Amino acid sequence: MDFIFDVVVVGGGHAGCEAAAAAARCGARTLLLTHKVETIGEMSCNPAIGGVGKGHLVREVDALDGIMARAADAAAIHVKMLNRSKGPAVRGPRAQADRRLYRAAVRGLLEAQDGLTILAAAAEGIETAPDRGVVAVVTGDGRRIACGALVVTTGTFLRGEIHIGETRIPAGRVGDAPAVGLALAFERLGLPLARLKTGTPPRLDGRTIAWGELEAQPGDDPPEPLSWMTERITNRQVVCGITTTTPETHAVIRANLHHSAVYGGRIQGVGPRYCPSIEDKVVRFADRERHQVFLEPEGLDDDTVYPNGISTSLPEDVQAAMIASMPGLQRARIVRPGYAIEYDHVDPRALSPSLEVRAVPRLFLAGQINGTTGYEEAAAQGLMAGLNAAQRASGGAPDRVLTRGEAYIGVLADDLTLHGVSEPYRMLTARAEHRLVLRADNAGLRLTGKGIAWGCVGPARSARHRAFAAALADALARARSDGTTPAALAAAGIAVNQDGKRRSVLEVLALPGIDAPAVDGVFPWLRDLAPALRAQLEAEALYAPYLRRQEAEMRLLEREERMPIPDHLDFGAVPGLSSEMRQRLTAARPATLGSAGRLPGITPAAIAALAVALRRDGVRST
Amino acid sequence: MTAADTIFALASGGGRGAIAVLRVSGAESRGIIARLAGGLPTARMASLRWLRDPTTGDALDQALVLWFPGPKSYTGEDSAELHLHGGPAVIAAVGGALAALGARPAEAGEFTRRAFLNGRLDLTAAEGIADLIAAETEAQRRQALRQADGALAKLYGAWSERLTRLLAHQEAAIEFAEDDLPTDLGDRARDGAATLRAEIVAHLADGGRGERLREGVLVAILGAPNAGKSSLLNALAGRDAAIVSARAGTTRDVVEVRLALAGVPVTLADTAGLREAADEIEQEGIRRAHRRAEEADLVLAVFAADTAPDAETLAWVTPGAVVLANKVDLAPAPGKIGGVAPLPVSARTGAGLEALRTRLEAEARRLAGAADAAVLTRPRHRAALTEASAWLAEAETALLPELASEALRAALRALGRLTGRVGVEDVLDVIFRDFCIGK
Ligand SMILES: Cc1cc2nc3c(=O)[nH]c(=O)nc-3n(C[C@H](O)[C@H](O)[C@H](O)COP(=O)(O)OP(=O)(O)OC[C@H]3O[C@@H](n4cnc5c(N)ncnc54)[C@H](O)[C@@H]3O)c2cc1C
Ligand SMILES: Nc1nc2c(ncn2[C@@H]2O[C@H](COP(=O)(O)OP(=O)(O)O)[C@@H](O)[C@H]2O)c(=O)[nH]1
Ligand SMILES: [Mg+2]
Repeated sequence: MDFIFDVVVVGGGHAGCEAAAAAARCGARTLLLTHKVETIGEMSCNPAIGGVGKGHLVREVDALDGIMARAADAAAIHVKMLNRSKGPAVRGPRAQADRRLYRAAVRGLLEAQDGLTILAAAAEGIETAPDRGVVAVVTGDGRRIACGALVVTTGTFLRGEIHIGETRIPAGRVGDAPAVGLALAFERLGLPLARLKTGTPPRLDGRTIAWGELEAQPGDDPPEPLSWMTERITNRQVVCGITTTTPETHAVIRANLHHSAVYGGRIQGVGPRYCPSIEDKVVRFADRERHQVFLEPEGLDDDTVYPNGISTSLPEDVQAAMIASMPGLQRARIVRPGYAIEYDHVDPRALSPSLEVRAVPRLFLAGQINGTTGYEEAAAQGLMAGLNAAQRASGGAPDRVLTRGEAYIGVLADDLTLHGVSEPYRMLTARAEHRLVLRADNAGLRLTGKGIAWGCVGPARSARHRAFAAALADALARARSDGTTPAALAAAGIAVNQDGKRRSVLEVLALPGIDAPAVDGVFPWLRDLAPALRAQLEAEALYAPYLRRQEAEMRLLEREERMPIPDHLDFGAVPGLSSEMRQRLTAARPATLGSAGRLPGITPAAIAALAVALRRDGVRST
Repeated sequence: MTAADTIFALASGGGRGAIAVLRVSGAESRGIIARLAGGLPTARMASLRWLRDPTTGDALDQALVLWFPGPKSYTGEDSAELHLHGGPAVIAAVGGALAALGARPAEAGEFTRRAFLNGRLDLTAAEGIADLIAAETEAQRRQALRQADGALAKLYGAWSERLTRLLAHQEAAIEFAEDDLPTDLGDRARDGAATLRAEIVAHLADGGRGERLREGVLVAILGAPNAGKSSLLNALAGRDAAIVSARAGTTRDVVEVRLALAGVPVTLADTAGLREAADEIEQEGIRRAHRRAEEADLVLAVFAADTAPDAETLAWVTPGAVVLANKVDLAPAPGKIGGVAPLPVSARTGAGLEALRTRLEAEARRLAGAADAAVLTRPRHRAALTEASAWLAEAETALLPELASEALRAALRALGRLTGRVGVEDVLDVIFRDFCIGK
């Protein structure tokens, strides 16, 4: 088969941009097909990247040389490390971005990427052949583009419909037409579709906000970059404001609930529980007198302000009354009303962990179309889909899959493809069994080596990674061998049991409430370590005792993880499985013995029976 | 549950009431067997040894001990078999000693799983193993049903719920630091962990008196009202345990009698008659009858010889059931009921009761293996609770919220071995129910 493009990516959102860039980095001739070149890298909602869990994903995308973190650094205007007072495993970097700068940075990075072409057009159809899967994508203007693999990342555009009060507008997001042709194409391909919803708050004109009356919230100084390749953040940093809703706001909302698209019963889709509309908050937590609202500037020379915390589908006049009832916003003008959007998504259980549609080879899906929410979740999937699509197009079977023990990206893909979603899926650190290992600060150490092997990491990052990994290995070795006596520690003012037992540097660093300068006094070489190296040593010291206890469990999980369950396995024919277990396994179609064990309700005995059947089928641990 | 653990379980198959085989596997087996049996026997040779309590030195049983060093063993790990002289008390004592030496009771299918992971499965015919797993599952299911009813299950369930909530609150403080949450969530979780641990420790220190675990083989007597179920129970038990009356629907609840048949503890459960019940209390009685029958290891389906067989009871005439034609003093027993030749008896005259007793003894012996497994639930509970309380202690003193969280998660995993796994979605449910999250 002959085609000009190995990989075609549909959709220039966060998933699509990452997918296109990743495929191109692997050497695939790649086409990014999107509605408008101007909306490439558009942030449909909150102009912030990162957070707890989400920041972990961004760092992982960065470790595989993705673009999100670099673009966010170039556009960052307010940066914060969340959970700074907690341990490194749960610290989450977050950057608010100037929307315009972010779009420009993403576009700049894509245009600089070799082997990547951008085309403004709408994808309307997918052409398949029975023995091959996807053959070509067809555009709205009638072009047929043959390809080796197709990645669809159309976000909320599949039969999207905006609700503002009683008004409904078919749209992918405000100002953009929905994708109807593709939704039909998916239906024809037999993909299982379901409906979800999400919402966004009204935007305010910053010039009409009484900032002086509000509590100000500055970002970190200095701001820590999201990308390992960014030396420092150079944009001017802005301050956010905090206001709250009032009993009056709640009264306005209650009086108008029947006009809300959700409470009026006009929306059936399920919304995210962690991103409730203000209507939801007022109804569900009726006893609360106020809810916090963060006022986040959307850009450096853009007066638009994003009021974080009051997403709504109430009519415009009610939104205005609501806003006017909040301190500092009495005279604030609404630039654009908030809205709820309902859209189709594909049940991600139809995908294999490589994000390829099981029933349609060469078709990959990534981003919100898979039932997730958030830029970071989209980017992470996009990256993986791009890597696997490139592999598929070059004639291989896609196997670029990260495990739950390796990365949040692995947790994400496994959760989606194994359990599906019942509400828009967002990453949380609580979802990771290996939270202490999967830190934002060691994403590069965990993943860049793998990225180099996969061919998606450029020379600059490769070189930096190798140097850092080597330096860390040295520092760790030294921290394990070097040490001193309790007496010497006491002399330096470090309280420790006088048991005469020598303690290594790592053990000293693990002491509760340890004072860094005091340790440096005893082991002066620590002072010369680069801060990033030092941070790794400290995290290692802090968590090592816990990790040792989890090691055996992790090894077992890894082994089961490496035991594939063939797609063709008939669970009905596995001896020793109860009919309930058969049903559960057939519905979920786990890809490995490990994922089978994570299915709710699956018993250890069922896993054993499955193991026996796999063995008999000649499937072995690799 | 980790691969490094050394595990043990009862491995005796059907038909052996007198000898029970305990299997031990894992890295620590060598040390554990050496201490229990006073030295390690020659590999793969059956040696007669006295097993002794590791702390008191008391003799527990004279047993055949087989030592299989890895990797040439069933599981591929160091492992051993202890052939004990039957008896729930001996099995429980040796199980307790193994637990004290650091082994823990195996989960269902765990031996097979290890064997598989270590590439040792071809040692045994795969077909046979699948059957074995099915049996394991079946015994486990019955056991779970039994316990689901009991006070213990309620207690563990309540603990698990509280622990889920503690974890949820700790997690909320980590995930949603930016949201307007109470600032003392971590402290509250810590206090909650301390209280919960105190309760678990008290429960463990109870010496097992609080653990009213039903043991032995459970036999349910089913039949239409007035078929003579209560009369049969009384005849077998030799005392008036159930009320006998000519009015249909007298036995409103489940009456249970404990007997020893062929040395095996047997619980006979007399149930309310199976029929469309008019009054509410009786309906409840019938619901319980069905439930008890589902839990039962053996069903006695009772028909009155002078009445046509009723459809409700016929539904329980399955291959494993014992079918009785009672009241043969009034009418001859039918040749077949539901395709099975019934045992003719008369509770009134005592005819056929000896044959019934012999049959029940045989069934009890056959089922004894499964009943022994129930005895082992005690050390299994103990192990899980001890582990949970150790992790709770860890949570109380953890220096960072994520470490407290990690310890609470581990405690919940341990408790989950008794109550069923609690997943992250359950934790998230509590977070979103208890807090207004989301900016
Ligand atoms: C109103 C709204 C509110 C949201 N609120 C939140 C929130 O509060 N918190 C949160 O974390 N996330 C929120 N999100 C989600 C977040 O914006 C998305 O999860 C993220 O942008 C998804 O990225 P994506 O790449 O999958 O899709 P998108 O960013 O939506 O990108 C889709 C791209 O595909 C293009 N496209 C669509 N159809 C076609 C076609 N047929 N042919 C060619 N191109 C096509 C579009 O032009 C667009 O460029 C919200 C989204 C919306 C719309
Ligand atoms: N003639 C005769 N009567 C019996 C026999 N067994 C029970 N009965 C009587 O039948 C009635 C119902 O017995 P009961 O045990 O209460 O039946 P249940 O409702 O099945 O528990 C009582 O009057 C018994 O005395 C039997 O073998 N022969
Ligand atoms: Mg009765």
